[in-house]
Amino acid sequence: MDVLQLIVSGLANGCVYGLIAMGFVLIYKATEAVNFAQGDFMMLGAFICLGLTNPQFMGLPFWISVPVAIAIMGAFGYALDLVVLRRMFGQSQVAVIILTIALGFVLRFVAGLIWGHEPVSLASPIAGRDVRFGGLVLGLDEIMVITVTLVLTVALWLYFNRTKLGVAMQASSQNQLAAYYMGIPVKRIHSLIWALAGMVAAVAGILFASKGSIDPSIGLLGIKAFAAAVIGGFGSLPGALLGGLIVGLIEPFASRYIAAGYSQIMPYLLLFLILVFRPHGILAQVHAKKV
Amino acid sequence: MRTVFKTSYDADINLFRHGAQLGWYVLLLSVALALPLFLSSFGIGEMTNLLIWAIACMGLMILVGQTGQASLGHAAFLAIGCYANVLLQTKLGLPFILAFPLAGLIAGVAGALIAMPMTKLHGIYLAIGTLAIAILIDDFIVIAAPLTNGVMGLFAPDIAIFGYSFNRYGNPVGLYYLILAITLLVVLMYRNLQRSPLGRSFAAIRDSEISAQAMGVNVARTKAVAFGISAGVTGLGGALIGHFAGIFNNETFNVIISIQLLLAIVIGGLGTIHGAFFGAAVVALLPQGIAMGRDLVNKVLGGGSVAIPGLEAALFGAILIAFILFEPRGIYGRWFKIRTYFELFPFYRKDMFRRQKAYLKTERMR
Repeated sequence: MDVLQLIVSGLANGCVYGLIAMGFVLIYKATEAVNFAQGDFMMLGAFICLGLTNPQFMGLPFWISVPVAIAIMGAFGYALDLVVLRRMFGQSQVAVIILTIALGFVLRFVAGLIWGHEPVSLASPIAGRDVRFGGLVLGLDEIMVITVTLVLTVALWLYFNRTKLGVAMQASSQNQLAAYYMGIPVKRIHSLIWALAGMVAAVAGILFASKGSIDPSIGLLGIKAFAAAVIGGFGSLPGALLGGLIVGLIEPFASRYIAAGYSQIMPYLLLFLILVFRPHGILAQVHAKKV
Repeated sequence: MRTVFKTSYDADINLFRHGAQLGWYVLLLSVALALPLFLSSFGIGEMTNLLIWAIACMGLMILVGQTGQASLGHAAFLAIGCYANVLLQTKLGLPFILAFPLAGLIAGVAGALIAMPMTKLHGIYLAIGTLAIAILIDDFIVIAAPLTNGVMGLFAPDIAIFGYSFNRYGNPVGLYYLILAITLLVVLMYRNLQRSPLGRSFAAIRDSEISAQAMGVNVARTKAVAFGISAGVTGLGGALIGHFAGIFNNETFNVIISIQLLLAIVIGGLGTIHGAFFGAAVVALLPQGIAMGRDLVNKVLGGGSVAIPGLEAALFGAILIAFILFEPRGIYGRWFKIRTYFELFPFYRKDMFRRQKAYLKTERMR
């Protein structure tokens, strides 16, 4: 039973990592850029929802504030691309990486200014409730996290592989010039993908906030999610979820069976080994070009 | 504008392009030497801090600016250099003059060893791998507590060279001159590296890996060497940071420091020694600048002291965003443009330094 409990809580954590990792992958898949501020996007989404819901701020009902928060984060992502990132169009990846790292610093500061640096918890109706299966006690929040993540992964995967817009997004990253020739509005596609990444980050943030308290520095979780994305295979949506789940599962087991100092380095050790032996991740997305 | 008439092949690799340039640097050196006459001991401390950061920035610059490999993990080499230096002095009883270069060597060897499996990575994967190293070293310091004293940290002894002691508080001017001398040596090493075949192969890899390979550069080995040299110089900077701070633990060298180091050289200007110094100046002097600005605001508004947590990092981020958007060549690039404007007056054209844009292609299709 103990092991099962560990598995479920690990899966729930892993799903949050997976969702953040998916934000990384979305942007990478469509624009070849890496958004190091994705963790801070998640933090911002969580705080916007908290600001709308909690009685000391706006006090809206939870089920209204969730879609509103997601919409706000979508608009934020779109505006960010329109105002800032479009100027970086056609420049190197490393420049975008550095830009988003700096953006993360700024976002953390702004969130701290508005909502304070103390840990606060979201007044969510799914937090702290239990569901019993036989002898197994599961948190409703954990089940919710796992379900939402699975649904979202399948939806995004279908979107990327089956819809016209999703295929256009993949095309615009694989070869920008050819995408232009085919009449794809590449710049608008970029803005849309940033909006989508913002929305996914908001979902991840709300789910994370339902599991415990949040403060502006939770954005640093993004580094762990980043490791997850690389382990799974950068550029693959199911890979992001897989990587997130692996990292999420390693953590509780490592902290239970391995000495305290060593347990927290396990995810990064795995990341390092993956980078050395299988640099493109478990579900590698690097294909040989068909001639 | 001065045109150098080249009469020998050596003119391309001379240390100074022409006499006037040498003159300017001699002037700069004499200002640096005379600085303790004008500044208080606090000001000298700040200048010392700037020079230490400049050494660390030059270390990273060799890798990022010269070889074109992004690293988010250089705090790890700062830590290795710092711990190696202090442990060699306290546990083995080596004098500073031996321990300090050895610390650089240890950091360099560690860098080269770490780089070997990672040289086949590039772009973002390299950035991620180095980020993982920075996180791992933080935890390894805690695990190796019997040696490193874990989270309790270590005390750095005073620097003693042939019985003459250097201390930040007791002898700030002496420490300043010592570190100025070390900085000069590092600059000279960097300059010589740039002029040597090795430095040229670094630049070739930065500009195009494929053409470098075609010209007979062993890409993997050269990258590992670049990593090693870069880590070694950064380790020297780390050793000095340890001596300057007096006490340090695993938190002194966390991931944020390595990110800050990378941001500093981008603000300063990638690929130039000047850039390392400008970036170091921004990092080292920004906290003081904020404190002074805050005092000024308080004086004008008459309010009590307002401390806003995280302001420093946010301001740093905002400056960086502005630089990447409007002046990607950094402070040195801006200075270079202004200088060119006056040198060519009135023939400067707006698009002279325009960057070439490229259409992206995925790296997932080979």
